[in-house]
Amino acid sequence: MSISLFDIIGPRMIGPSSSHTAGAVRIGQVANRLVNGKVKAARVTLYGSFAETGRGHGTDTAIVAGILGVNPDQGTIRYAKLLAKEADVDIPVFFSSEEPEHPNTARVYVQGEDGKEYTYIGTSIGGGRIRVTSINGMEVSFSGEYPTLVCFHQDAPGIISKVTSILALEKINVAFMKVFRSERRQGACMVIETDTPVDEATRRRIVNNVDGITEACTL
Amino acid sequence: MIDHTFTNGQELLAICHSEQIPISEAAILAELSREEMDRDGIMSEMRLDLEVMRESIRVGLEEQQVSITGLMGEDADKLMAFTDSAVMGREMTRIVASAMAVTEVNASMGRIVAAPTAGASGILPAVLIQYGDAHDLSEEQLIAGLCNAGAIGMIIARNASIAGASGGCQAETGSAAAMAASALTELRGGTPEMCLHAAAIALKNVMGLVCDPVAGLVECPCIKRNAIGAANAVLCSDMVMAGIESIIPFDEVVTAMRNVGRMMHPDLRETARGGIAATPTAQKIAEKIRSIE
Repeated sequence: MSISLFDIIGPRMIGPSSSHTAGAVRIGQVANRLVNGKVKAARVTLYGSFAETGRGHGTDTAIVAGILGVNPDQGTIRYAKLLAKEADVDIPVFFSSEEPEHPNTARVYVQGEDGKEYTYIGTSIGGGRIRVTSINGMEVSFSGEYPTLVCFHQDAPGIISKVTSILALEKINVAFMKVFRSERRQGACMVIETDTPVDEATRRRIVNNVDGITEACTL
Repeated sequence: MIDHTFTNGQELLAICHSEQIPISEAAILAELSREEMDRDGIMSEMRLDLEVMRESIRVGLEEQQVSITGLMGEDADKLMAFTDSAVMGREMTRIVASAMAVTEVNASMGRIVAAPTAGASGILPAVLIQYGDAHDLSEEQLIAGLCNAGAIGMIIARNASIAGASGGCQAETGSAAAMAASALTELRGGTPEMCLHAAAIALKNVMGLVCDPVAGLVECPCIKRNAIGAANAVLCSDMVMAGIESIIPFDEVVTAMRNVGRMMHPDLRETARGGIAATPTAQKIAEKIRSIE
């Protein structure tokens, strides 16, 4: 893949560090998108370099900002803890001394106003880009740069084609797709990154009409 | 569409020659070849970058900056106030102070444009915007400068690195200085060859520079290294405009920088374990920051 001019000039961002600040905001935003912007409560644990230098880089503030839906280039990032207080959302941040696999790692728990809960692990991989490596205990891998549909399902034949045919009917183009499973014929998870967002009606159709789907969420 | 992508300086020069265009235009054609944005899109994105860059200089020089740690804040202002007494002269002082100002804004959780990284974000805007203001350059010319700088950065990122964690500070402030030196040279009417000479000299000047941030933060010595990076860019452009050439070609310098980065001990690559970060004073500062809750 060729490098873009804008990989060099940009991103426009709030400092001081693309991986420790901008990347942290993006990891937080995953939580916001999982609960459609309606965050009731959240909890963050920082690991590795995030934990060691996070205070000085504003990583803790940045990730809280992301959870509240603030973008990486918004000046309000530095007031995130105040914003959380005003919105009456409690988001404690813990610093762990445990060694993570990747140096810049955060574990985020989020609960939506509808009661739905998610726990995921996000890693900041440089230049403000991130990768989600686990969601609700299932190992996954996606960037969050595209609209993403995450379906938890049984590991059985035919489920994937049913999901993609519903997307095809809605004229939603699949950009990337990957299936992960814990063990053969046990729980599995498909991550579908699309060009246009999967709306709530389509998400519901997938959950209700495809046997073997236990849950689906979009971000 | 004709493919205008380039992977090194030689290919970039070949495109400039065959199309009779400056490096800035070659950078735009390469971006168009990726078929993700049209020319208007590229221009408006660059315009936004330029606006944020200009604003980051203004904020850094006019408003009070306090970094998260309180380690730094007002050094850019001090240098600016010293303009009339500075041996380096008025124009260079403004450029260097602006580079520090942007990096101070960055350290205080203010808005900047990574160019190529947040840690080296002061150099390119300081050189382009202060030179542009002093010589009445148009916004279009400054955007051309950003595109020229982008082309140099793309080549370095592809063949070496722009990340302190993999190549040390030579890869961050060194790359930014090479980009700014090349951009400034094009804005002054230098040929594409001269731009590459300027970039090559800038990289050679800081070959082997380690990344050793105190407490792992983008403050000390990063802010002052942005100052020297901006001065390095101006110096190299001046040398090239005076007719001086880099004896070693740009592409070979980039390869050398990659190899030096690989030889660099991990303690000297952004881990805050070596260099300035390992000094007793730095260790004391790091300890103090860790105890802040």
